[in-house]
Formats: sequence, C-alpha cells, structure tokens
Amino acid sequence: LNYELLIGIGNSDRGDDGAGREVVRRLRNRGFSPERLRELDGEAASILEAWKGANKVLLIDAMQSGRPPGTILRFDATSNPVPTILRCCSTHGFGVAAAVELARALDLLPDRVEIIGIEIESPEVGPGLTPAVESAVEALVTELAGKNACAQPTRPVVPPGS
Amino acid sequence: MSVAKTKKSSSKPGTRTIRTEVLSRVEGEGGLYVKIANGEVADVQLKIFEPPRFFEAFLRGRSYEEAPDITARICGICPVAYQMCAVQSMEAAFGATVTPEIRALRRLLYCGEWIESHTLHIVFLHAPDFLGYPDGIAMARDHRELVLQALHIKKSGNELMTVVGGREIHPINVRVGGFYRAPAASEFTEVRAKLETAREYAAKAVRFAAGLPFPDFERDYEFVALRHPEEYPITEGRLVSSGGLDIDVADYERHFVEEHVRHSNALHSILRGRGPYHVGPLARFNLNYDRLPGALQEMAASAGLQPGCRNPFKSILVRAIELLFACEEAIRLIDEYRRPDPPAVPVEPREASGCAITEAPRGILYHRYQLDESGAILEAKIVPPTSQNQKTIEADLRELVGRNLEMQAVELTPLCEQAVRNYDPCISCATHFLKFELERN
Repeated sequence: LNYELLIGIGNSDRGDDGAGREVVRRLRNRGFSPERLRELDGEAASILEAWKGANKVLLIDAMQSGRPPGTILRFDATSNPVPTILRCCSTHGFGVAAAVELARALDLLPDRVEIIGIEIESPEVGPGLTPAVESAVEALVTELAGKNACAQPTRPVVPPGS
Repeated sequence: MSVAKTKKSSSKPGTRTIRTEVLSRVEGEGGLYVKIANGEVADVQLKIFEPPRFFEAFLRGRSYEEAPDITARICGICPVAYQMCAVQSMEAAFGATVTPEIRALRRLLYCGEWIESHTLHIVFLHAPDFLGYPDGIAMARDHRELVLQALHIKKSGNELMTVVGGREIHPINVRVGGFYRAPAASEFTEVRAKLETAREYAAKAVRFAAGLPFPDFERDYEFVALRHPEEYPITEGRLVSSGGLDIDVADYERHFVEEHVRHSNALHSILRGRGPYHVGPLARFNLNYDRLPGALQEMAASAGLQPGCRNPFKSILVRAIELLFACEEAIRLIDEYRRPDPPAVPVEPREASGCAITEAPRGILYHRYQLDESGAILEAKIVPPTSQNQKTIEADLRELVGRNLEMQAVELTPLCEQAVRNYDPCISCATHFLKFELERN
C-alpha cells in the first residue's frame, strides 16, 4: 500500500489518546516525508480539509471499545460505512467516523480511505503512552515503515493551510 | 470528545427504562439520568465522572507563564477562552496593562474561536435535532449546501486561529502580556477574503436557524454575562445579570459558589442566595442586545428574536446571530489592525492573586490564580461555563419532562437530548465520560 497521506489523530496531552499521532511522529522520525504525514486533533472539518487532493488516505486513531489495550483494528472505509465499533469508540467527538461519513454524504471522500484504530487504556491527562499501547504503536510503525507505506509520491498532496 | 452509543432496553413488567449509554453530539462525553415515577418527574441528574479539577492541581507549582498553554489543553473546542482567562488573570495579578493593539488582536483571535465553535454546534450538532435527523451526516445528504457553507465558515475560523494563534487548535502564540509574535497586516489578506464569504454564509445560517421549529418552552432564568461599556462582550467587562447583579469580575466568588453534588464529580455553580443561573449566547444576547450593531439587531428582529427571549431552544438562533457578529467583528478588527509593537508588554511577577472572566462560546469562564513572588502558581481555580449551566440544564429537563409526561420515550429521549444541547455543553471542560438514562415506571 502506498498512502498519499497518513493522518494521526488524537490529543497527545491525554496520554494514550495521542497514540495515532505518535505513530505519525515516529514515521516522521524515520525519515518519511513530512508532506505525507499529518497530525490532527480529530475535528471533522479539519480532517476533510487535510485530505483534499489526496486519493489514498490512512487515518490512525485511538479507540475505546473494551478490547484489550493495544489491540489494533483495521477497516477499509472506502465503500463501507465506518462500523459501529469505530464510531462508538473513537475518542474524538464529531471526529474521525463523522469526517468519513460526512465526506461520503457530501461526495468528498478520497478514492481510498482506511482507518486503523488502536485500543487505548485511558486518556488520562498528561503525556506518555501506557506499555500495551506503546508496544502497539511501535509495532504499527515498524509495519508501516516496512511496507514503505507512504514513500513514493504519485501526485502532490495539498499542503496544510492552502 | 464524545462517544455515540445508544442502548434502549426494557426491564421488569410495568417498568420502562430508556437508557442512552452516552449522550452523543455534546462536546465531551456527557449524559443524563431522568426518572419518572407515579406520573411525576422524580429525578433529573446531569452526571459527570471525570476526576474533578485535575487541571487545578496540575497547575500548582507551575510558572505563571505556563498557565495559558496548560489550561488551553483542557478543551479542544475553546482553548482561546482558557488562554485569555489565564493571561488576563496573570496581568491583573501583576498589575500589567496591555496596549489597545494587543487587546484588539486578542479579540480577533477570540472571534476565530467563536466562529469555529458556533458553526460546529449550530450546523453539525444541534440543527439535526430540530429537523429530525439522527446526526449531522444524515442531515448533510439533504442539506448539502448548508453543510458545505458551514465547512467554509469553520475553515475561515480555523485560518484566523492559525494566523493569530500560530495553529488552528491550541494556539501557541499567546503569552502573558500579549503575543510571542504579532502577524503583519499582510498576513490577514487571505483569511479576510474567506471571512467575507463566511459572513454571507453566516447570514444564510441565521435565516436557516430562524426557520427551524422551536419547541414552545420558556422558563424564568437569571441570565449572567459580561457587559462592556461599548462592545458586545468577549474578552472583558463587568459581570451583570438579569436579576440586577452588576459586579467587578474580582468579586465573582463573593456572589457565586460551587457545590459538590453526589451524582457528579464536577462542581455545580449557583448564584449565592438565588440558585441556578444561565450563561451563554442567550444570556449574552439578552443582556447585551444594545451592544450589537444595528443591522444585526434588525436581523435578529426579522428572525423573530427579541431581547428578553426565555426559550432556551432559540439559543441556536442566537448562536447564528453571534456567528454572523463574530465574522463581521473579525473583518472590522482586521481592517483596523495595527500591529502590536512590541507584541507583548513586560510583566513583573509578584506575590499576588488575579482573576479574569471571558465569554467562551458557551458562556462565562472564570479563572483565579494565587501566585508567589517568583510567579509560581500556589492555587488555581477554574469555573467552566458548562458547570455553571448544569443546574439550569437539569431544571430545564425537569420542566420539559414534566410537561410531556405522556410522551413516548422514543420522542421524549431526543427532546431531552435536544434540550441539553441548547447549552452546547462542553463536557470535556467540566468532565469526561457521561451517560444518558431515562427511567420510567
């Protein structure tokens, strides 16, 4: 897979809630192109704005579904509605699932949208990940880096703010 | 943050329980428990589970300079409100006065937050209630133009925040005394153009909101808001109420007290000797109607909105008026912009205490800090608008359910949720993770 944009979603000041952003940060530290990596807080309008012009998008978000912390769920949202489990459990209000479904309703969805949810332990106030989530984040970074998940540009992605 | 999870169940014969696990479409995770017994409303509780006042403890021992950025993290929707209260509290404590240019730039930044927050609430969170849609997504299919326009308005607010605040969420450019860097006038060119369009769309949003079906419901409230000698209040003013209160913000704690309630980890605020009160757009509008530009007063009138409005469901219409006001005010402030130079005034820490109140999108936010001679925080007190409205929300629900006892749960539950959203409760400010329950027997 070769994503044009990876968006990490969360609040890094809320512990595990920043898991998705942490994946993106670590990919950046591994030399992945910053233009293909975005960190957002999960607000829907910003997500719709961020992926304008991108055809293949991966969203990485924290979730709380009652599964063991560190569980990773994957979902291809391209042609199927975001499942209840991800809708329920994203920790971001009118956020990721809303952004995807709103974009679908408005015909603004990129050609391909995938979502990875990382089950978190607790969104406590303060930075830092709990051990299970830390392991999941690192595993995901290794996997995405190994797949060279966002290496080769196929078309320019609209930079933030444009 | 909010989680959309609804569960309906029925238990014992003769008893019906409707339970919404988590109240969706409020900022933060919120919920409510309503119990009907023997044909009467037996109990209404807005429940809150977050460890209370974490941030107040977290701030202790930190430098005054850190308060704006730390408190901004309490909420992703109204970080500017927290920053503005923090910096103005510190300046009050240290006897610093900012220049008119800095003050105007702060007001401009705050307009960005009103634009973002009000747009989100009006179109995506609250309008679906009025039109009978389960959420903003379902509504978007039928109201594509409105939703696309709302996205544009919101984006113009985001961009204003980026130009002034350094980034669109959790601005990093705000400091005690002013800003780290003041934008050059030329940096506003693009966002000003977007705001012009946003203004047109906001005027359409007012007309849209005016056409919504408002439940016939009024209550007597004591409205509380800031009041400024000249401006529609955002960053400063005296604190006034419809009951005749007119105080300096420094006297806030002499008149308002917080009570701990068993069903909630948050503190509920009351006006001493008088009880619950109402903060937010409806309070601001009713107490500051004469501070709105004439054209907006006319627009409000033609939308069927008069000062003295006591129907909380019309808060969506007031929010739309305020959204239009914020767009126009932002344009005015950009046109009159004089770059603050230097971008901040010097601040000398001293042993003191200082407080401030600003008008967050959902109502007054109060901060007070006790500082030592080095500027380290000894004590912090933060009273968010949502905890000030909680008792009023409960009272609204008690009344609303009481008037609609014969209504089936399938109708009553969404009506209750709609009534809660009249206050745009930002539960993440006051709380975290909440549930909704309606119990009837």
